[in-house]
Amino acid sequence: MSQAVVANNNASTGVGAIPYDLDVVKLFAIAATIWGVVAFAAGVYIAFELAFPALNFDLEWLSFGRLRPLHTSAAIFAFGGSALIGTSLLVVQKTCRAPLWGGRATGRFIFWGYQFFIVMAAVGYVTGVTSGKEYAEPEWYVDLWLTLVWVVYLTSFLGTLMRREEKHIYVANWFFLAFIVTVALLHVVNNLAVPVSFFGSKSYSLFAGVQDALTQWWYGHNAVGFFLTAGFLGMMYYIVPKQAERPVYSYRLSIIHFWALIFLYIWAGPHHLHYTALPEWSQTLGMVFSVMLWMPSWGGMINGLMTLSGAWEKLRTDPILRLMVTSIAFYGMSTFEGPLMSVRAVNALSHYTDWTVGHVHSGALGWVAMISFGALYYMVPVLWNRERLYSIRLVSYHFWLSTVGILLYICAMWVSGIMQGLMWRSYDSLGFLQYSFVETVEAMHPYYVIRGIGGVLFLLGGILMAYNIFRTIRGDLRSEKPYAAVAVAAE
Amino acid sequence: MAEEKKIDPIAGVETTGHEWDGIAELNNPLPRWWLWVFYACIAYSIGYMVVYPSIPLGDTYFSGTVGYSDRINVAKEIAAAKDAKKEYLDRIETSSLEAIRNDADLLSFSVVGGGAAFKENCVPCHGGGGVGGPGYPNLIDDDWLWGGDLEAIHETIVHGIRWDQDEDSRYSEMSAFGTDELLEPAQITEVTDYVLTLSGQEPTSAASAKAGATIFADNCASCHAVDGSGDREQGAPALNDQVWLYGSDFDSVRAQIHRPQHGVMPAWGGRLDEATIKMLTVYVHAQGGGE
Repeated sequence: MSQAVVANNNASTGVGAIPYDLDVVKLFAIAATIWGVVAFAAGVYIAFELAFPALNFDLEWLSFGRLRPLHTSAAIFAFGGSALIGTSLLVVQKTCRAPLWGGRATGRFIFWGYQFFIVMAAVGYVTGVTSGKEYAEPEWYVDLWLTLVWVVYLTSFLGTLMRREEKHIYVANWFFLAFIVTVALLHVVNNLAVPVSFFGSKSYSLFAGVQDALTQWWYGHNAVGFFLTAGFLGMMYYIVPKQAERPVYSYRLSIIHFWALIFLYIWAGPHHLHYTALPEWSQTLGMVFSVMLWMPSWGGMINGLMTLSGAWEKLRTDPILRLMVTSIAFYGMSTFEGPLMSVRAVNALSHYTDWTVGHVHSGALGWVAMISFGALYYMVPVLWNRERLYSIRLVSYHFWLSTVGILLYICAMWVSGIMQGLMWRSYDSLGFLQYSFVETVEAMHPYYVIRGIGGVLFLLGGILMAYNIFRTIRGDLRSEKPYAAVAVAAE
Repeated sequence: MAEEKKIDPIAGVETTGHEWDGIAELNNPLPRWWLWVFYACIAYSIGYMVVYPSIPLGDTYFSGTVGYSDRINVAKEIAAAKDAKKEYLDRIETSSLEAIRNDADLLSFSVVGGGAAFKENCVPCHGGGGVGGPGYPNLIDDDWLWGGDLEAIHETIVHGIRWDQDEDSRYSEMSAFGTDELLEPAQITEVTDYVLTLSGQEPTSAASAKAGATIFADNCASCHAVDGSGDREQGAPALNDQVWLYGSDFDSVRAQIHRPQHGVMPAWGGRLDEATIKMLTVYVHAQGGGE
């Protein structure tokens, strides 16, 4: 049925009359595909650097310290950001039945301005220009440029919403708007800094000491909350009902979990600073807000999964829908794991270990990347007016490569992280520390190799997707045996 | 588009009547279990905030009903851990190194405790098991730069080597015969060849090594001794054995004469308590090279 689904989507809702700017969405879709492969490749490389440090070849621009922000920014901002901005511009136009506010030039500015930001940031990382704030490494001049691009994006999004032809604003747009507004706030406040000179790249943060740490993790945690969660929930609320051809499960749940999510998320940052110089009362608040966040997060999972009620059989024949559903399952798992890890007693073991790294990747690979794959597979045939993707079979291979890759990654990190935490706190019978730091590093080596292999599988899946999308855009159709039910549905 | 409520035929549930780009919404209620777990989380959070430090109050804060404090707990745990070891640590602190060495109980306790301290503090430079590496002395052989008896090892740990923040740190510096132009490049080559012969290695030419012998006697023997056996008073390494800190081949030896590298070890006195330093001393001494 999936081929028919995609074909139907082209013809749906009498698009003709409204001059949607779909070209900007196309650009973002292509960018997301390319940046995805770049981000996964960088991740695989630094994963193997951790297992085999000689891979830095004693070159500073290949060292882990410089490539790590390149990987995280390529994954979050380049790949995730392009996918998010692209889908948000598609969704806001289609669900408002209004063309993009500001016209085509505005769309182009958002696209090229954002890509310029990514390239400027990346060049800085590799050459050692960094403000040293995790996930906010770009220096002041890049931050200013992104602020400009973001304000234009916000204005254009809001403008489109305001001239909508629909009475109500669709839920996906609430999430996108929360994402755009909050990221603007986070970005501006956390990057407040005094440049050393007008023509120099170096700047110093306005904050110092524990205030700096708190501001940084208010930013860092809400980058997760509003960029990687709210934004991608917006994406989910459009593509899942579209691909499943079913109504959203519960309107009431969407309202309640939206407001609960955005109210609670913004306070949870201090859980990154348990057992530090941060006052204990604010650690407590960070923890309890994270615990209360569990159900609001799961509201999105319930609405995503239950939207499939009445369409579960499609999972057997539609690998795109399977990608989406698996991503929602990973979302549910990591939004349970997050509150769990924010509990102080658990955090005492998990903090600073690979468990955290595994947790981030079950969210980043499992949720963010897989829902984006689903969105790209859904959007590309619609945008380019193709009957269907070049190959549905390749989507299925991609699904399995990604799923196995993620499982290898996060299982290796669970074992490695918990082992690492236990080794750090291990005492012998006389009360002396049992292991040196070096011994814990040595013990983690096999898991680092497994993690790298998981990453390779995930990267292969990404390359497969890029190829599939490339052939779809070219207008090719692979002659392949359709999935059993597809034959029936396609007459 | 259509503002009329419909019953979804598959779910049998009413829609909200709104539709966007073909997407409708069912008007399902909040799942009961979801709501109750959400309430439970809120109740747990409020309870937690009552028990633990939680609410800021100007320049102080509500400290919770049980008076919990991480800092106090850590201090208590450290005190308890120290108490558990107190009997042995007290005896170690007041005993001489020699007495610790000769008491079976204190010796085995010190080897364990010193081993743990070694892993925490020394392994980054001296390597796991104390095998060292280029520029970092091996501690399990019997070749010592500054002496390998208990007192000498203790002195090195307490004051460090070339550690300028400790007045009593051991200090010596070999002249840079190349960069300070004390010797001609050709002379450095000759004396390098001579040094190689001290440990039984082949010089590049016998004539060069022979010329180097005089240069060695004039410039090097005062510290490294005439036969190249070194001088522990000055931390001058023995050159007539097979143990080399910066490499034994021609290029390494020549580089060291041209512009010597000098290792630095921090002073651990004041950073580690005296009992720990004594245990470390006994541990290092027991690794095979102790004198």
